[in-house]
Amino acid sequence: MSEEPEQTRTIAVDMVARVEGEGALRVTVKDGTVQNVELKIFEPPRFFEAFLKGRHYEEVPDIVARICGICPIAYQMSAVHALEQIFGLRVEGALHDLRRLIYCGEWIESHALHVYLLQAPDFLGYDSAVAMAKDHATIVTRGLRLKKAGNAIMTLLGGRSVHPVSVKVGGFSRVPLRRELEDLKDELLWARDAAVETVRWVTDFDYPDFETDYNYVALRHPDEYPFNEGQIAATSGLQISAHEFEQHFTEHQVAYSNALHCTLQGSPYMVGPLARLNWNQEHLTPLAKQALADNNIALPLRNPFYGIIARSIEILYALEESLGLIERYEAPPLAAAPITVRAGIGMACTEAPRGMLYHRYEVDGDGVIRDAKIVPPTSQNQSRIEQDLRLFMPRLLRLPDKEAALACERVIRCYDPCISCATHFLNLEIRRESSA
Amino acid sequence: MKHDGSRSSIRIIGLGNELRGDDAVGLLAARRLRQAVGNRAEVIEAEMAGVDLIELMKGARVVILIDAAGSAQTPGIIHRFDASDSPIGVRVFPHSSHAIGISDALELARAMGVLPARVIVYGIEAGNMETGQALSSSMAKALDEVVGRVIRECEVCHA
Repeated sequence: MSEEPEQTRTIAVDMVARVEGEGALRVTVKDGTVQNVELKIFEPPRFFEAFLKGRHYEEVPDIVARICGICPIAYQMSAVHALEQIFGLRVEGALHDLRRLIYCGEWIESHALHVYLLQAPDFLGYDSAVAMAKDHATIVTRGLRLKKAGNAIMTLLGGRSVHPVSVKVGGFSRVPLRRELEDLKDELLWARDAAVETVRWVTDFDYPDFETDYNYVALRHPDEYPFNEGQIAATSGLQISAHEFEQHFTEHQVAYSNALHCTLQGSPYMVGPLARLNWNQEHLTPLAKQALADNNIALPLRNPFYGIIARSIEILYALEESLGLIERYEAPPLAAAPITVRAGIGMACTEAPRGMLYHRYEVDGDGVIRDAKIVPPTSQNQSRIEQDLRLFMPRLLRLPDKEAALACERVIRCYDPCISCATHFLNLEIRRESSA
Repeated sequence: MKHDGSRSSIRIIGLGNELRGDDAVGLLAARRLRQAVGNRAEVIEAEMAGVDLIELMKGARVVILIDAAGSAQTPGIIHRFDASDSPIGVRVFPHSSHAIGISDALELARAMGVLPARVIVYGIEAGNMETGQALSSSMAKALDEVVGRVIRECEVCHA
């Protein structure tokens, strides 16, 4: 690379590692100025929407669980809530709690993976989790044990941790005995202490000085840190129900990508742990609030790199919430509420580990899916990632190509993009051009 | 993930995604092997295992992994690696739809000192991994062969 601005420069990196799934990024720099940032997607993302058409509603939870190996519960939860809305059903009591509990399991599992294995190497100066594990085996072991605590919840409630099978419209195919949940407690208590340590550990990392104004979008509920319910709230002032999602959030096809980019009233926005935490601080559990105070974490957080802090706080929250839900659990008389099938259209948003996940279904009088729409969090964050890269790139222009590319990867990884929900391989290319 | 069999010291783990064409080969091999190996080995079907592979291998003396490979060679070609003492590299499993692919998961296990004593990896070159596609004919042929080879592998390990 040259530092002469008039010289054409192209930097290409074949793959962004430690990103869930695969995709590609091209950054064009001309005369020392960032011209263009394009996040490209290769995999036709809409296969599942087409695949769902003509299927019976009872098949939906099993099908959507296969969209993503990391967040199957999120897909199941958005699906069952949208379908239950069509059938005029509201799941309450112990079944409502079990749905929160299984979602806690997924957040713990997904966040622990990202914090310990995917993003921590960026802050500790390693190019991979393997390299980090050679020097920090104890820390990596702690992260994997934390992840396993989340897996254990998902396996008990979901039947298995990957592609869980017990979630259904109306509830579950089987609910656990109180004794079975209590068996999880010792490990969850260990994990809760490990989560307190995790917050302390990540808060001590050195963070790039990069703050900007975000339009944070997350669910907000009067009583709960949001999983399955709540209004959609945006920093820009929007407060709507999931019914109104498509009136305000628009998906665009961009020329360079198969995936649709979603904007809110034409502008990029951010979903995910940072947005959730900034919006829902008052609903955190006591130790999670204490961890914010003890580590001098002042909200709102406005630096995307602090996503790892938000995830760590949410791991702690999810563990405390799990223990509370287990404590008050009494097995419900029915594993699932009875369903009365009727035709209609239903929409729901739930909070996937990576952010808000929107589903809409149209069902006919026989319970057959006539139309389906799925807007995953990664599609929603894509425009925002591009925007962050536009803002971040100027400070990278004097770096050697390889370092600049790695720095871009670190920005992308802040969003924990689960591109397997929406894409294929991620290649990174920085093209430097000149008008001379 | 489906576990079965007694906790044998030989564990066969088939990896893959059922809905993604040739990527299903590891799962299909595991299903066939479950019938074939009886109580000589424990058989696990693992969809998108990623880093959970470390947990799935725990406690086994011998692990045989079967997964689709993607190094752009002729579909159906079968690679066999012995990961017991050294990395298998990322050449044959370059693109994982998981953050942590097979080679990374094995190296993490090695770095943390929890890699089983013997780890054999079968990688079968995939042709079509498009979502919603069936197994290709070259992959179906390779599936027969890899099942036979893993059965023989179990006999040797069991002896």
